[in-house]
Amino acid sequence: MSLVQHLPALQVAVPLLAAPLCAMMVRPRIAWLFATLAAWATFAVSLAIFHRVLDRGLILYEMGGWAPPLGIGHAVDPLNALLLVLVSGMAAIVMPAARPGVGVEVAPRAQRLFFTLALLALTGMLGIAITGDAFNLYVFLEVSSLASYALVATGADRRATTAAFNYLVQGTIGAMFILIGIGLIYMMTGTLNMADMAVRLREARDTAPVQAALAFIVVGAGIKFAVFPAHVWMPNAYTYAPSLVSAFFGATATKVGAYILIRFIFNVFGVDFAFGEMRIGWALIPLGLAGAFVGSLVAIWQDDLKRMLAYSSVAQVGYIAAAIGYANRDGLIAAIVHVFNHGLMKGALFLVMACVILRLGKADMRSFRGLGRRMPVTMGCFVVAGLSMIGVPFTVGFISKWYLVVGALDAGLWPVAALVVLSSLLAIVYIWRVVETAYFREADGPRTREAPAMLLAPTLLLTVLCVAFGVATEFTVGVAGSAADMLGVLP
Amino acid sequence: MNGLPDPGWLAAAAIATPLAGAVGILLARRRPNVREGVSLASGIVLFCVVALAAAALEAGERIRLTLAEPLTGLPLSLDVEPLGMLFALVASGLWVVTTVYSIGYMRAHRESDQTRFYAFFAISIASTMGVAFAGNMLTLFVFYEALTLATFPLVAHAGTPEARRGARTYLGVLLGTSIGLQLLAIAGTYAVAGTLDFTPGGVIDGEVGGVAAGALLALYVFGVGKAAIMPFHRWLPAAMVAPTPVSALLHAVAVVKAGAFAILKVAAFIFGFDLLRDLAMTDALLWCAAFTIVAASLVAMTKDNLKARLAYSTVSQLSYIVLAALLAGQAGFLGGGLHIATHAFGKITLFFCAGAILVAAHKTEVSQLDGLGRAMPVTMTAFAIGALSIVGLPPLGGILSKWLIVEGAIEADRAVLVAVLGLSTLLNIVYLLPIPVRAFLRAPPEGAAPGVREAPLPCLAAIAFTTLGCFALFLFSDPLIGLLEGPSGASP
Amino acid sequence: MTDPLSFLSGHAVQWGAVVLLMTGLYIVMTRGNLIKKVVGLNIVQTAVFLLYISIGYVEDGTAPIVLEGAARYSNPLPHVLILTAIVVSVATTSLALALIVRIREAYGSIEEDEIRERESD
Repeated sequence: MSLVQHLPALQVAVPLLAAPLCAMMVRPRIAWLFATLAAWATFAVSLAIFHRVLDRGLILYEMGGWAPPLGIGHAVDPLNALLLVLVSGMAAIVMPAARPGVGVEVAPRAQRLFFTLALLALTGMLGIAITGDAFNLYVFLEVSSLASYALVATGADRRATTAAFNYLVQGTIGAMFILIGIGLIYMMTGTLNMADMAVRLREARDTAPVQAALAFIVVGAGIKFAVFPAHVWMPNAYTYAPSLVSAFFGATATKVGAYILIRFIFNVFGVDFAFGEMRIGWALIPLGLAGAFVGSLVAIWQDDLKRMLAYSSVAQVGYIAAAIGYANRDGLIAAIVHVFNHGLMKGALFLVMACVILRLGKADMRSFRGLGRRMPVTMGCFVVAGLSMIGVPFTVGFISKWYLVVGALDAGLWPVAALVVLSSLLAIVYIWRVVETAYFREADGPRTREAPAMLLAPTLLLTVLCVAFGVATEFTVGVAGSAADMLGVLP
Repeated sequence: MNGLPDPGWLAAAAIATPLAGAVGILLARRRPNVREGVSLASGIVLFCVVALAAAALEAGERIRLTLAEPLTGLPLSLDVEPLGMLFALVASGLWVVTTVYSIGYMRAHRESDQTRFYAFFAISIASTMGVAFAGNMLTLFVFYEALTLATFPLVAHAGTPEARRGARTYLGVLLGTSIGLQLLAIAGTYAVAGTLDFTPGGVIDGEVGGVAAGALLALYVFGVGKAAIMPFHRWLPAAMVAPTPVSALLHAVAVVKAGAFAILKVAAFIFGFDLLRDLAMTDALLWCAAFTIVAASLVAMTKDNLKARLAYSTVSQLSYIVLAALLAGQAGFLGGGLHIATHAFGKITLFFCAGAILVAAHKTEVSQLDGLGRAMPVTMTAFAIGALSIVGLPPLGGILSKWLIVEGAIEADRAVLVAVLGLSTLLNIVYLLPIPVRAFLRAPPEGAAPGVREAPLPCLAAIAFTTLGCFALFLFSDPLIGLLEGPSGASP
Repeated sequence: MTDPLSFLSGHAVQWGAVVLLMTGLYIVMTRGNLIKKVVGLNIVQTAVFLLYISIGYVEDGTAPIVLEGAARYSNPLPHVLILTAIVVSVATTSLALALIVRIREAYGSIEEDEIRERESD
């Protein structure tokens, strides 16, 4: 067996083994270097997997040679291949920036542990994405969550600890709900392999435990995914976490929740059951739209821009939830593409915050005054990524929005399409008041200069990707399309 | 045409030239002379490119090009047709003139951030070219949005609280209508028709019922905020905080005409005249346009600020084009298309004069202009001619398009609309002509600062050029009409 | 299944799990003391453990150890699964307690309302 066949195992093994090694490296610089290399290696593995999935459609991997009903298998199709690329790619981009970015926010002696936690969080998210076993998914969910709680708590502000605690409480309840749902399905099917579950559930789906299982999993994943009104943990966690943690989580953490939702609804339970009989569209669409409005409206009034971005995430998550609720091909494409695209733009925006905080100590409206002149590259990134958030053509945001609207129209939901565009107008307000402050108000703070290249380059890279994937969409839309086809949604 | 490259590239070059100009302007930011030279040169090159494309189009060539395909089945593509060519010719030609004017104005006015000004000006023109040559509604929308964003820094140029407020209104209304209504209309069109290509005869006829088509039409007409149909006209007066060259070229020609142009395109190539004539919504929207024409004229009469008065006049004149498009007939369409050109020359002259008055005499209000004709005879004469062209007096361009629109209204059997156009002409006279009359016939106020002279030479040259243009449009209108009716024909 | 009484008695363990789950959630939501919240969370987790263990139950089954004379065994898999979950819950609890220590260092209190008061200072 060649190495290529073991790629799915390596995907999780590389960061998992790197994490304890990283903990042993006393000098922060070495730990950072090692973590960066590990993230890059992980990214390389996921690119290789992605390449193979595009070739073959589906990769099944049996851990230790045990076939799935007994052993634990990994299964990769276009949907999770794309998620793997997003998660490990964000890690590969953000990790190099951690050296200057974390330097000011985390004490030097704690830095190696910081990198260890980051690698563990990465391991967990990749594990969730790649595994084909439902219980294994829960375990990886807890691995990533525990690491995330701790990472949030490393923030310099004392409020980071309370934010992390609330995140822990709500996250654990969400995970428990998912665990209950998995247990109920196991009770009815006697298997933990998700592909097997799907087959056996076809006979058992009219039973009360299966219906309860769907409810528990949707609610549990909804909490992890921060769907309104279960988003309460998110704003504080992203505001007080170190900016780079916010950048990484803002781009990936909720997306993993979206993945769990999509995987279970479309693969395990099936569209007919979830939407036809249980009508979860009636929950997802209204809650998604409510989240879009509430998140955007609250974002408008925030003075702390990290908090503004966090509330904007509430809104964006709402779009993804609503798009899943359409239950048609364009809707699913919108959801998958937006998972990826929002990752890019929110990552870029949080990195901008990291740059500003590094130089000015905080990221409130006042410190942005006149920043267009003082940190032109950083603010340029903010403008481009912000335009993407609004959904201006030539950016990834437009592609997402297009499929969101077309999907709603396809499903015959005119009012939903109207509400989607209406709520996206609110994004203009919260993005533009920052742009205006940065370019058309005089600075009154201390003199400052651009962030160091190590931090600026990843920011710039993500911003460029925001535009690149907004023009050349074969990659995102194409993959999302084949993922949607494999999930068996009618066009 | 032998010896020329594939004509599709001409369209791309028309967008690329001003963009390259913008880069050049940024590179030459430390040397004002070089910077403005670059700006002027790219204007001239652009006009040549557009003229070449016009010649190719005249020769019956099909100029089309696909730029990218961001959404499957929905490429970003350029496809030049006569109406867009006319718009591009007007915008690119007047850009050269406006650049000359800007050099005089910006220097005399000692404006700051001139590099930003010239660079975004060039980007705005590139977007305008994209709008003019767009081959489908998505492409048009993309460049339409780019135009909004590129003009924002120009409107907010001064950076004062007032400018920021104006720019906020500007961006809010334009982005709000385009994303909130127009994008919805485009997605709706795509959902029912499966294509967004501009097709003679329209793409949605027979695909949907009358109510849905009517709703789409309303979404388009109000969603194209740049056409300034009331109640979405507030951005245009708000944009008057910009430096005068911006108001002149962008807010009398490029931006606003991009809106009117989009409506003409939608009417002719998305809906098709047959469908338009059948829709009840068309009637309702015609009344909206008619209301805007009259109401904006009435508001203009109350404005003492010269630029505000001109802005409301533009709001009113834009609705002429919207009305012409909705009349859904050959004469109306031709008139609407020509009005893009004739109003452009008339209104840009008026704005140039307003800017010249500001630079030379530091006056912004109509009531301050008493007796100014003696100090600035050239400017005020040009103002009078421009005003007469807007009113529609031969031998000036304005009469041509107005005539055709009236003809279209008669053709469509709409006597009331003819009356509205007549009333509007009277109102034009009432709010525009008193200005030169005041300047020439009234005595200067006591204690007026002596020594007011004409504006700098570049300004005067630009004013003279556009004034002559008003005459030329009337005298040599055949090529333009020929272009519109030409071999590939605008006949939808 | 149709007779309500037998439905209740036949699912006694599951009902127990539901009661524990609700109790735990109630404590998490209503108590202001952070330690009590963690206790509530533990009760929620225990409820889930109970549910899983009940899944493995087979009527007349013995412990899943090969014995002479035993024909039926309980399903061992859920028990193994829940061992993993117990480990996770221990980790969660310890992390939560560690955070509470940090919160007390930062605020001098572990009561939610007092913390909120001091945050606004």
